[in-house]
Amino acid sequence: MLMFIFRRLIQTIPVVIGVTFVVFFIMQLVPGDPAVLLAGEGASKETIAGIREQLGLNRPLFVQYFDYLINIFQGDFGLSLKNSQPVLDEILVRLPITMELAFFSIIITIVLGMAAGIISAIKPYSLTDTSVMLVALFGISLPSFWFGLMLMYFFSVKLQILPVAGWDSILHVILPALTLGAGGAAIVARMTRSSMLEVIRQDYIRTARAKGLRERVIVYKHALRNALIPVITVVGLQFGALLGGTVLVESIFAINGLGRMIVDAIRMRDLPMVQGGVLFASMIFVIVNLFVDVFYRFFNKRIELN
Amino acid sequence: MSLEAKTEQQIVIKQSISHPKESKLKDFLSILMLNKAAMVGGIIILFYIFIALFAPLLAPFDPYEIKLENKLLPPSADHWMGTDDKGRDILSRILYGSRLSMGVGFAAVSFGSFFGIIFGLVAGYYGKWVDSIIMRAMDVMLAFPGILLALAIISALGPGLMNVTIAVGAFSVPLFARIVRGSTLEVKRLEYIDAIRSLGANDMTIIFKHIFPNILSPIIVQGTLRLATAILSAAGLSFLGLGAQPPSPEWGTMLSNGRDFLFSAPYIALFPGLAISILVLGFNIFGDGLRDAFDPRMKK
Repeated sequence: MLMFIFRRLIQTIPVVIGVTFVVFFIMQLVPGDPAVLLAGEGASKETIAGIREQLGLNRPLFVQYFDYLINIFQGDFGLSLKNSQPVLDEILVRLPITMELAFFSIIITIVLGMAAGIISAIKPYSLTDTSVMLVALFGISLPSFWFGLMLMYFFSVKLQILPVAGWDSILHVILPALTLGAGGAAIVARMTRSSMLEVIRQDYIRTARAKGLRERVIVYKHALRNALIPVITVVGLQFGALLGGTVLVESIFAINGLGRMIVDAIRMRDLPMVQGGVLFASMIFVIVNLFVDVFYRFFNKRIELN
Repeated sequence: MSLEAKTEQQIVIKQSISHPKESKLKDFLSILMLNKAAMVGGIIILFYIFIALFAPLLAPFDPYEIKLENKLLPPSADHWMGTDDKGRDILSRILYGSRLSMGVGFAAVSFGSFFGIIFGLVAGYYGKWVDSIIMRAMDVMLAFPGILLALAIISALGPGLMNVTIAVGAFSVPLFARIVRGSTLEVKRLEYIDAIRSLGANDMTIIFKHIFPNILSPIIVQGTLRLATAILSAAGLSFLGLGAQPPSPEWGTMLSNGRDFLFSAPYIALFPGLAISILVLGFNIFGDGLRDAFDPRMKK
């Protein structure tokens, strides 16, 4: 197991470097001279040349990239073009909010998704199964930004039981987390159902039935345990979609998280902030994937041993 | 096996040899027709394509015409879906918007699939270091969560529908590359590829004339499902103000405008959202149906 974790860690290094490479080179696609952009309109040639010298823009692109890489590993993500504050400081203020939102959303994704999947799988091809799967299909197709607005209209405007926007109390968390978690729950429900159905057809489940075990024991103790293994991978992937989704949900509910920071930075052409935000979110996703892989292996191993 | 059954099987084999493509297509269509959900999905997609093609004939009003005296009218016999804050007919805007939303979706998936297919074919066929380099690059692209890669691209290229198309297309590339690579690896091991190679066919002929036509099924399924994601992502980016710009009747832009009137005129946000949801649902159902139809295990 330790060897597996070590090997998986080694595999992660090129991906991390690759992500920094992509983020750095995407920013080179910006039309025009970054020094002119930084200096602002009407700046003198001397000022522009000074900025170019100061930022090392005169040097070859690959040298600039290696500098960028070294700076990142030292925790230096550059300065915001908007307020000249370190990008990392802003990220560290916003990140806990986004992680909190992601945490509650993934709980909704897992609990709602698995419950729906199990209900469907227990009575396959029944009316309940069809209805649950139809709702799941709708869930996958709903745009989160529309679903969020509709939830806001219904619960905040019409019923007035939940706050419209902000991030001050647990009540503020409910609608954004539901908006973000619902799509993932639909995918997890479909995956849980198909995985459960596959397991239920196995010989050992038939044997358990033949032994006279109660259906509840068969479903929860024997089938679910094995069926959950592929679901773990889906949950891991959903975390990535969820991190991306925070961009939209935070904008709808006026939450000052990392996602909203990136969108605001794009609007203000604050490229170091965009670069830092995207890089940070991607790193979190890489780390989560690493954990999911280890978790998956751990479960698989235990089952093999048993 | 009885003689009768054997003869019947021989006839089937002979038929499939003489008209392999037609029989495959017939087989596929008959399975697709049996899948009610896929048919519903197909009908929804055709309905939207019809709307997009004939929007100028179907729309009761000019989607861009501002009539302030008609602003924020609720749904009525004159304006089935009401009017927005500038007095524009929402139904007419949705009908015209279908051209933009579907156009972006199709363009983004075409862009993503084009590069994804080429990378996947080359990686799968040549293997070794070519495969390693291409697939590690694809892994890196997949390390970006959700639409964040698209956001990074837009931040560099600037907002606009064209840039959204490129950005959404770019994050489809690794998904197509992975699927195509996997299928290419399977097909290239088959004996007929060795036979063609021994007859002197070059790599390009083998890849594009003999491997590519045989891996179309997973590409079509993935393409249909990606269309749903691409339409959603593009609308999401427009909703954030990074795609189509007002007064464009793009559905995401309309929804963004509707957000400002959620308290007084919720229908402005309701209808464009419904239009996106139903179209995306259509592609998802149809994609699921296609997957079942192409899956040999379903042909029992």
